[in-house]
Amino acid sequence: MSLIRLSRVSRRYQMGTETIHALREVSIEVGRAEYVAIMGPSGSGKSTLMNLIGCLDTPSSGTYELNGTNVSDMDDNALAEVRNKEIGFVFQTFNLLPRANALHNVELPLVYAGIPSEERRQLALEALSNVGLADRVNHKPTEMSGGQRQRVAVARALVNRPSILLADEPTGNLDSKTGAEIMSLFEALADQGHTIIVVTHEEEIARHARRILRIRDGLIASDERVDSHALVD
Amino acid sequence: MHWWIELREGLRIAWDATRANKMRAGLTTLGIVIGIVTVTLMGTAIQGLKRGFNQSISALGSDVLYLERRDWFINSHEEWIRQNRRREITWDQVRGLQRQITSARAIAPTVNTARPVKYKNRSSSSVMVIGTTDQALYTGGTTVARGRFLTAGEAEGGRPVCVLGAQTATNLFRGESPVGARVHVGGYPFEVVGVLEPQGEFLGAFSLDNQVIVPIGQFTSLFTQRPDYSIQIKARDMDSLEDTREEARGIMRKLRRLAPGQDDDFAINQQDQFIKTFDKITGTIATVGMFITGLSLFVGGIGIMNIMFVSVAERTKEIGVRKAIGAKRRAILVQFLLEAAMICLLGGLLGLAIAAPGTLLLRKVMPATISLSIVGLALLVALLTGVLAGFLPAWRAARMNPVDALRNE
Repeated sequence: MSLIRLSRVSRRYQMGTETIHALREVSIEVGRAEYVAIMGPSGSGKSTLMNLIGCLDTPSSGTYELNGTNVSDMDDNALAEVRNKEIGFVFQTFNLLPRANALHNVELPLVYAGIPSEERRQLALEALSNVGLADRVNHKPTEMSGGQRQRVAVARALVNRPSILLADEPTGNLDSKTGAEIMSLFEALADQGHTIIVVTHEEEIARHARRILRIRDGLIASDERVDSHALVD
Repeated sequence: MHWWIELREGLRIAWDATRANKMRAGLTTLGIVIGIVTVTLMGTAIQGLKRGFNQSISALGSDVLYLERRDWFINSHEEWIRQNRRREITWDQVRGLQRQITSARAIAPTVNTARPVKYKNRSSSSVMVIGTTDQALYTGGTTVARGRFLTAGEAEGGRPVCVLGAQTATNLFRGESPVGARVHVGGYPFEVVGVLEPQGEFLGAFSLDNQVIVPIGQFTSLFTQRPDYSIQIKARDMDSLEDTREEARGIMRKLRRLAPGQDDDFAINQQDQFIKTFDKITGTIATVGMFITGLSLFVGGIGIMNIMFVSVAERTKEIGVRKAIGAKRRAILVQFLLEAAMICLLGGLLGLAIAAPGTLLLRKVMPATISLSIVGLALLVALLTGVLAGFLPAWRAARMNPVDALRNE
């Protein structure tokens, strides 16, 4: 059974009198433990696709089944619950809460999952040490480097053990060295069996994935498997 | 369990956000501060007035009726003129009532006037001279401090004796014992037989202790030709007050020969009327105070609403992140409601801190103290204002679309 199954999914926006077709009847399946890159130039519809996969948005038509559940018609609150349980987000700009320390940031998904504070703390500490930040738990985002911040974001994304790690240009705000660090972290996570979807416009980043989906004008332009290890090594 | 965890997170965020914008929160909550100061001071003042009033009014005795020619409270000039034309209550009527009434514990006619009182070379220029009987000791609720009160024999008979109010006694006698001394009331000599306990002031208007009590027979022969008696009737207990009133009214109507259907040409007053009138006054004060309080809280609330809209706008991205991570609408709503409530509550506390020394000033004119109920009320009002004012901004935040919110920079 596929983890993600989009069937003839379209997303249209109304811009004044004009209707914009961001996605046109796209069908995609992603299995468990896959490491997929979604590529495309800006305006191609890749962000729309990411929002749909991440349950931040619902399709105008077509169906989206996540983990066997149809999420296409869910309301705001139901989607929030799905996001909380199934999806871990990593954003280009990290999107950590500036006033909260690393621990509190990582605890946040657990707060909304209703997990009591003691357990929350344990899980968050564990997640932080998994990304190598056990000694930074009390630091605020402003006291950390970009790479550290993104690793906090990864810890936050994984703390609730989601089905999918969804990263939107995760290295876009990092220099190439720290970017590479984050990508090797992803590599390791993929090897551990996490399902990862990275949205990017950089060929080099996409090459780390084992499957590349190319989007152009709201359609899937290509869907190729890559032997990424040969390139990285 | 779930909501409790969300609530604690909400409190944490609200506290952080408020602390991060101390100046802004402080300025915003100024309207709330003013509102809370008004509501607290007003509540304290009304309570203080009531307490002072109740102290005064207790001199009247809650179970005592005052049968008089006129009502205590007359609403119009016409009514006043009409009541002024009524016939006096005569000595025969007093005696008739005394003889016939069965439900009274005590009954005492009184007449009064102001006269100077002299002792040796000291004098008090305007002392309330009250002519009454021995029964006034029971109807008036006074107690004798030294000596004794009038006896039944003295009340109507000719012996010129008197009982001094506490203040009159201290004014005229410095160090000397007044009992047994001879004073001049309105020029006539009286022997002092007793001194009353202090009773305090009546509604702050005059002292109840600046008086001298003389036998009613002496009073009518020396000070007035056509006395207008007021009759104090003490009921057996509070429950039978109405029965006593009806009985006294029936007897009086007969004595004054009123035909059935004719209005009473006398009045039966009681403490109750003072309380009603006073409640009307404090009600007016409370209404005016409420209006001022309401206005400042309204303005304060608008300020809070405004700043909360700013706060929501500033933190759009944060709202997006929280929603992406799994915050439901309720969680976001609660977060911002708590922030608004917290700012208002801080305003409330600040208001109370200002009102507390204000109460000390009030205490100079009335027995005012901030009660726990007023503190509770003030904080509740502040909290409520916060929740109401914060609702619209919080609702807007809760309904944000996560995609749009995340795109916000």
